[in-house]
Amino acid sequence: MEIPKTFLGYKREDGRTGTRNHVIILPVDDISNACAEAVANNIKGTIALPHSYGRLQFGADLELHFRTMIGTGKNPNVAAVIVIGIEPKWTKRIVDAIATTGKPVEGFSIEGVGDIDTIARVSKKAQEFSIWASEKQREERPISDLWISVKCGESDTTSGLASNPTVGNLMDKLEPLGVHLCFGETSELTGAETVCEKRGKTPEAQEKFRKTWSSYNDFILKEATDDLSESQPTAGNIAGGLTTIEEKAFGNFQKIGGCKFIDVLEPAEEPSKGPGLYFMDTSSAAAECVTLQAAGGFNLHLFPTGQGNIIGNPIEPVVKLTANPLTARTMSEHIDVDVSKILSREMNLDEAGDELIKATIRVANGRLTCAEALGHREFVMTKLYRSA
Amino acid sequence: MAGTDIIIHDEKDNVGVVVIEKITPKQDCDCWIMENDKSVKIQSMDEIPLGHKIAMTDLNEGDTILKYGHDIGKVVKSIKKGEHVHVHNVKTKKW
Repeated sequence: MEIPKTFLGYKREDGRTGTRNHVIILPVDDISNACAEAVANNIKGTIALPHSYGRLQFGADLELHFRTMIGTGKNPNVAAVIVIGIEPKWTKRIVDAIATTGKPVEGFSIEGVGDIDTIARVSKKAQEFSIWASEKQREERPISDLWISVKCGESDTTSGLASNPTVGNLMDKLEPLGVHLCFGETSELTGAETVCEKRGKTPEAQEKFRKTWSSYNDFILKEATDDLSESQPTAGNIAGGLTTIEEKAFGNFQKIGGCKFIDVLEPAEEPSKGPGLYFMDTSSAAAECVTLQAAGGFNLHLFPTGQGNIIGNPIEPVVKLTANPLTARTMSEHIDVDVSKILSREMNLDEAGDELIKATIRVANGRLTCAEALGHREFVMTKLYRSA
Repeated sequence: MAGTDIIIHDEKDNVGVVVIEKITPKQDCDCWIMENDKSVKIQSMDEIPLGHKIAMTDLNEGDTILKYGHDIGKVVKSIKKGEHVHVHNVKTKKW
């Protein structure tokens, strides 16, 4: 199949391209959720991104919070941003960082004003942003403006046999075209960590991966009361036939095809070494992982599932594929691409990869994913440790 | 090609994955090895559902399970060729 050279996206002020055109109302902290949700309810064409944290965090945990907030606002799928926090200082830090993209952004703080007047003031600005964004048009953009993140969930053995290798096939075909790619899930590479390390393109990338994985493994060994056998593999994984974390890891690893990663990113860190594959240090919990990848600037997500994970994200469209014929049948409203014919050998990997590329471009052009149509907007902050 | 009941990733693997809804005891199954496109046959001993593994050879306690050509865990209870391989007879070597 000849891969299209362009897709239809929203060109942003900083040169990046969005596959979506969201106006977001971003609360800095948990107690600003109510205002953010009230504004999004008042003004059509806006979405609120409520979450659970943002108070009394410190050190690396606070830095990650800021990185996630700022990265979410900077993502090219976002046309304009309203930031609401309880106090002005942290609010301003986020607003100033998002403003470097050149997109419209405005911050509001609630202290000394109260919810009701804040909602009125913010709603006026949100209405202005929403109407402004509604005039943005899609235009032809190079395929290399796609930044694709991947993560699998509720995996079973069909994931390792077929749906993950389908994503790997897509990566093998899109990497030479200059697309940015990202995989994560530090914990779920356990068992395949030495094989994965060797896929670093440079000794530096390999070294960085080794340190990242070891630091995670040390944390598990320190915190685990017994082992992770109740969590990894999950009950859903085991029902699907996956027996050990090693088996899950080698299945997971199929998602990167034959690609080599050029750098290892901190959670929510934006890539800075140009096109190619990146590894991001993330949790393997679906919503946390996709939230971090979206904050890293990725504008479209591919999510292979076995037993049927139903996750979505508020700003990054999540395309779901499965090779499990039972899941494809019983949970069809969640599945964008069915590659179960690989198992019956009526479809080969090359054909499946092409199907996934076609679906990816349709979604990049604006087709709603199943998760978007169902209203899945899981926005989950990763918390590194207890707050002060 | 229709009629594949079990898929094996790598020729070195000592387990295969059931890719039909389930296989039943004493069923003669057609297996496809993805790596080299070879076909082999096996008779099952157990009922094994879609996605679950079957032993392609007799395995003793302490043996290593190979899938994708890689070590995915150890046998903790001996397994006969054609039996179901899962958490009741195989454990991780990690953690």
